[in-house]
Amino acid sequence: MPTAVDRFDDKARATFDHIGHNQVYEGELLRHPVYTRFLHWMVALFFFLALFTGFGIYMPWLFRWFTPIFGGGALSREMHPWFGTGFVVFFGLQMLNWIKPMTWTAADSKWMGNLRSIANGTEKQDLPETGFFNAGQKAMFWEIFGGSLVFLITGIILWMGTRTFGRWAVAVSYVLHDISAVIMLGGIFIHIYLSTIGEPGTFQAMIRGAVSEAWAWTFHPAWYKEVTGRDPVEACEEARRRGQFEGK
Amino acid sequence: MSDRKTLQIRQISGHSGTSAGFDMQRDAEVCKLIDTTICIGCKACEVACVEWNDMPFSPTTFDNTYQTMPETRWNFWNLIKFNEHQREDGTIQWLMRKDQCMHCADPGCLRACPADGAIVQYTNGIVDFQQENCIGCEFCVSGCPYDIPKFNPTTKKVYKCTLCSDRVGGGLEPACIKACPTGCLKFGTKDDMKFIAEERAKQLRENFGFAQAGVYDPQSIGGTHVVYVLHDAENPERYGGLPKNPIIPWSYTVWKWLFKPVLGTFALFGLLGVLLHYVTIGPRRTQPEPPLKKES
Repeated sequence: MPTAVDRFDDKARATFDHIGHNQVYEGELLRHPVYTRFLHWMVALFFFLALFTGFGIYMPWLFRWFTPIFGGGALSREMHPWFGTGFVVFFGLQMLNWIKPMTWTAADSKWMGNLRSIANGTEKQDLPETGFFNAGQKAMFWEIFGGSLVFLITGIILWMGTRTFGRWAVAVSYVLHDISAVIMLGGIFIHIYLSTIGEPGTFQAMIRGAVSEAWAWTFHPAWYKEVTGRDPVEACEEARRRGQFEGK
Repeated sequence: MSDRKTLQIRQISGHSGTSAGFDMQRDAEVCKLIDTTICIGCKACEVACVEWNDMPFSPTTFDNTYQTMPETRWNFWNLIKFNEHQREDGTIQWLMRKDQCMHCADPGCLRACPADGAIVQYTNGIVDFQQENCIGCEFCVSGCPYDIPKFNPTTKKVYKCTLCSDRVGGGLEPACIKACPTGCLKFGTKDDMKFIAEERAKQLRENFGFAQAGVYDPQSIGGTHVVYVLHDAENPERYGGLPKNPIIPWSYTVWKWLFKPVLGTFALFGLLGVLLHYVTIGPRRTQPEPPLKKES
């Protein structure tokens, strides 16, 4: 029985697929439909607008050179909550879109235990249980979810100000808002690195929606098995025997 | 800061007696004394403030008191607060207090402000807002125990009483002091004003039957450069919300001076970390990779 959220997301995906295109070439798999990509880039856009205006509020003595882009410190401050609202709205939609594949499973805890060997590059192919999203991506997602919640609550308090919520609410919110921002800033470096040069072949999933089969059996074996019905390890070995070297 | 003091002549060779001007310049810290027991609520100080600072007309609000408006505004920095206090015997005491920036020795607004140079404290104790550096974040509003800084939605900046720093810098008293007809307002060095205030409080206690008369100069924020003489220093809240022990949220101090730069640096280490990962361990590649070149 599909829920209202499922129906909403299905309709949104169908509408956006009607507007845009997915370019999936021979030997590739569809990973992100148009709707998902649209939401991702809207979240990214508002994230960076809020981040750059936020820099000017966080430490004006260091980031004063950011504020002229937005028309000065006072205007940066004025626009920051609106950018933040955009971020929260689009991330909220993305959350509805992704809540199912982002659900934490036992395989994810196992993946997290294996984090060291993934980070130091000794584990070439991901764990066979790794599905559409791995535990690292899920951790990132839930960090943004928690962070957005903190941003939203403390942000409203800071926006409406002392005269609505009192001195102490603002003084505490200001610190929590900043801590959340610093954590998210650290996370975005890792996110951008892993989605571009850190794992080549990933970025196109958010541009035209497709990834190579080799990318799928390397990083998301269980998802590969789910969509193709073939065993990821065998598929990889077969490619090796044929001398098809995808990663260069 | 110090040139006038260090170049002050102490002794002159072949000259008898004290040198001209010696010991004339005393304590550098200025102070405004407000004796609430003499205030008649004439509001001359309100008018003088608006006049000198060239403020536009500000609509008044009538709320069944003599008070001009409920609280100070971005363009109305000086407000007499009228409060009626009912004593235990049923009689009414009419309390009038001139409300404005207190120019704290440890200013909460300055502590809370993240903007470089938006709030300054002069060596004479005056706390002044520099609107050209203000980003309008309104953190100062939460830092202030007296609810003084007010936001102007048109300019997106915050404004408050300057203790007429422009007049004081030119050797004049603040405009409100000049306008006061009763001698309720006095201006001078902090030491002098404290001395006069304590003498007056003593007089009130001994001769006028105000047993709890005293001076309001709260030490929880290191004292203020505006001090009050109150009929009842034990209950300053009666004078329209004057806090007995004003405090500044500790989170501003700890967060701003310690964790903000430290955690910001940690975030940059994240950037450094991924760069180092790329050049040492390298990216994760899709499998199968081409075989590595054999060592010869």
